[in-house]
Amino acid sequence: MELIFEKSRPGRTAGTIPASDVPETPLETLIGPDLLRDALNLPELAEVDIVRHYTRLARRNFGVDVGFYPLGSCTMKYNPKVNERVAALDGFTDLHPYAPEAFAQGNLQLLYELAGYLSEICGMADFTLQPAAGAHGELTGVMIIKKHFERKGQRRATILIPDTAHGTNPASVALCGFQVMTVRSDAEGGIDIRHLRELMTRDVAGLMLTNPNTLGLFERNIEEVAAIVHRKGGLLYCDGANANALVGVTRPGDLGFDIIQLNLHKTFSTPHGCGGPGSGPVGVKRHLVPFLPVPRVVKRGKRYRWSEDFPHSIGRVRAFYGNFNVLVKAYTYIRSLGAAGIRRVSENAVLNANYIKERLRGHYQLAYDRVCMHECVFTGERQLQESGVHTTDIAKRLLDYGFHPPTIYFPLIVREAIMIEPTETESKETLDQFCEAMISIAREARENPELVRSAPLTTPVRRLDDVLAARKPDVCWTLC
Amino acid sequence: MDYVPHTPEDQKEMLKAIGVEDLEALFADIPAKYRLGRLLDLPAPLAEQEIWEHMSSLAARNRLPGATLTGAGAYRHYIPAVVSHVVGRSEFYTAYTPYQAEISQGILQAIYEYQTMIARLTGTQVANASMYDGATAMAEAAVLSAKSLGRSRLLVARSVHPEYRKVIGTYAWANGYACAEIPFGATGQIERDALRGLLDDRTAAVLVQSPNFFGVIEDIGPLADLAHRRGALLVAGFTDPTSLGILKAPGDSGADFVVGEGQGFGNPLHYGGPYLGILASTEAFMRKIPGRLVGATVDREGRRGYVLTLQTREQHIRREKATSNICSNEALCMLAAAVYLASLGKNLKRLAALNVWKANYLKEALAALPGWTPLFTGPVYNEFAMSCPDAKEANRRLERAGFIGGYDLSKDYPELGGGILLCATEMLRREDMDKAVALLT
Repeated sequence: MELIFEKSRPGRTAGTIPASDVPETPLETLIGPDLLRDALNLPELAEVDIVRHYTRLARRNFGVDVGFYPLGSCTMKYNPKVNERVAALDGFTDLHPYAPEAFAQGNLQLLYELAGYLSEICGMADFTLQPAAGAHGELTGVMIIKKHFERKGQRRATILIPDTAHGTNPASVALCGFQVMTVRSDAEGGIDIRHLRELMTRDVAGLMLTNPNTLGLFERNIEEVAAIVHRKGGLLYCDGANANALVGVTRPGDLGFDIIQLNLHKTFSTPHGCGGPGSGPVGVKRHLVPFLPVPRVVKRGKRYRWSEDFPHSIGRVRAFYGNFNVLVKAYTYIRSLGAAGIRRVSENAVLNANYIKERLRGHYQLAYDRVCMHECVFTGERQLQESGVHTTDIAKRLLDYGFHPPTIYFPLIVREAIMIEPTETESKETLDQFCEAMISIAREARENPELVRSAPLTTPVRRLDDVLAARKPDVCWTLC
Repeated sequence: MDYVPHTPEDQKEMLKAIGVEDLEALFADIPAKYRLGRLLDLPAPLAEQEIWEHMSSLAARNRLPGATLTGAGAYRHYIPAVVSHVVGRSEFYTAYTPYQAEISQGILQAIYEYQTMIARLTGTQVANASMYDGATAMAEAAVLSAKSLGRSRLLVARSVHPEYRKVIGTYAWANGYACAEIPFGATGQIERDALRGLLDDRTAAVLVQSPNFFGVIEDIGPLADLAHRRGALLVAGFTDPTSLGILKAPGDSGADFVVGEGQGFGNPLHYGGPYLGILASTEAFMRKIPGRLVGATVDREGRRGYVLTLQTREQHIRREKATSNICSNEALCMLAAAVYLASLGKNLKRLAALNVWKANYLKEALAALPGWTPLFTGPVYNEFAMSCPDAKEANRRLERAGFIGGYDLSKDYPELGGGILLCATEMLRREDMDKAVALLT
């Protein structure tokens, strides 16, 4: 379809600007001609054409409101509409971040209480709401680890990360100047305890562990893992990307974790927005609270205010206070659900994942045959061996059935991985329809593999040439 | 209330299919002693009507100002209805990162168009799909400069937003880089001689903003030349992106990175977030810059289409060797910016001019008051710094009248001996400004 630039016609406008009620002194006089630009190359369209353009684009996009979106490790649950309506209240949208505290008591109360709710949910002493996304939370958490050892006068160069971890873990660690060492998984998909014991020395600052891990499996040896790390003075970091499996059932703080980042756009139902804005609050145990980013909300009597008076803080990780409007939605969600509702989240997320696992196990090979948590991981090895159909082909064929595919080729330790996370908000009928589609594709792979390999057939475009895109990068339209 | 559709019968049937007795059995891997034997201590659940009432009362505990005279990194602009309409389409807001290109052409094309608009506005060849905010965009450009050059020193203008400097400081500390500040002179612009003296062979990047924190416009060209002469890179930030409607594109003046806060393009104030980190650069850094990039390509039938590209820069492929750890970014805020720019088109110039006129009007009116003098002589966009008899008292008076006053400069810039930073966008009517001046008389 045409680009917005191709629809542009000189002289058309949509957004109009009010007449000036103050003197219009020439800019050349006020600013000087050398600092001003000559041309402004932006598209020129009438409002109706803009609306039609973006409506057409919207119709070429798949969201949770369009259909089932079992993208593993991303927790694409339904985003409640009341949260959107609440977050659009003028009181939340229109206030400047430097508004005097007396103007912002509602916002400050919300932030203060949300940090408290998250602390209770995770078994932590306090939370910062500043990080803008999960990976930003990881970075903040690793900075807290760095500060902890700096305060103790210890230099520790390494952080351990299991081979199942998200790519953001090693990248966050590297952005903090630590070395990464990889811990192997054992035959059951958990951490290889012997390998961990071997690697965990006094040069290691800590272990970043996703629990349940990206295989959808709970780390059964968590008690021993925590003991090994703590015995050498290390800190245990929980990547809370998969917290949807745990909320209300167990608490990372009780499991021995010292630090956790949550992804509010996953577990707490704030919409993913095509890749953000997210929010990645970080919770810590009491001994790490002094290192949390500033500013923090404090309460005196009934008044709330900002405080920067935390001399050991790692400092700021972004401007202002966090993705406030996302936090409003997460707060609304927690208050809607309450304790019983939150427990129902994890119970039913785990129920749905195990249901899919059981329904598909005869048709696809399981990576690890155990009770899973919020997601289940299959391998497409059988389809590849029997019919030369790759996991990517299965994923593309799912598009023709009207589903968003699962996460594929991750975790890296599973060949041809298919990682399915249904979330708790999907009905049994939806899960059944998805499973029927997967079973049907397994049959097609046997009987008509070319059909699967040529998928998708029904989408606005067919498979795209990634290699061409990378070899001859065209990231900016240069015509006219 | 919750959003689980299962009836007790559904659950029973599903448990039977799985072959377990009850839900508890699914959590058998969690050692019994770690299972929470109680409900979480949270407020009681609320029905939709109750949550609406509760949240409305919380929002009402905030006090919305009659007029906002503060900018300082967050700008109140009019947002055309078409912007909210488009970002409210749930095909956009309930989707995730476009990993499956065939069913994500909508956002992929929108990102490609945004990248093009930003490259044109900033005078660069490549813009990414967004960073978290202006501060982290600047900090990541600094880290990337240091990593690419193998140098470990950053020169940050003291006229860069104080919070941005703190964020750069945090990122620099984590990576073991040293930071030094470049002073500003009587114009409010960078002291070029001081910069020349500070530059050395370890300097990776010179970080500046234009308009800077005081609203003063810098001449980027000579600063880029100074940096380049010592082999360092020039990172040019900006405070309010609408200024790009009239100001010379920093990329055309030699900036290697153009970074800044894009909130002013169609995103509400939102008490500080979510905002939009703009990051753009030259072709030389195309394969190194952080964040998502969308490229044009063709499908099997030769039709034009778009994909996430050059992903070997990114964490999910390169892990610890990645350019950055960024994964989720601010795509929906980016979409708002794209629609905003499409809506304004060439009228962005007129909007920017209106901002300049309003700020100059307010500045001149205040300068006529006894004890009120502009702190700097350099040209300004929509903000300006004034010395005044008592900034705190000035703000108190404005607040009593329901205004949000200016940004008190005394904490961050004690050397100015007291001062106030004021902002006037197109949202400030002449009568608001006259009223503010009257309150301060």
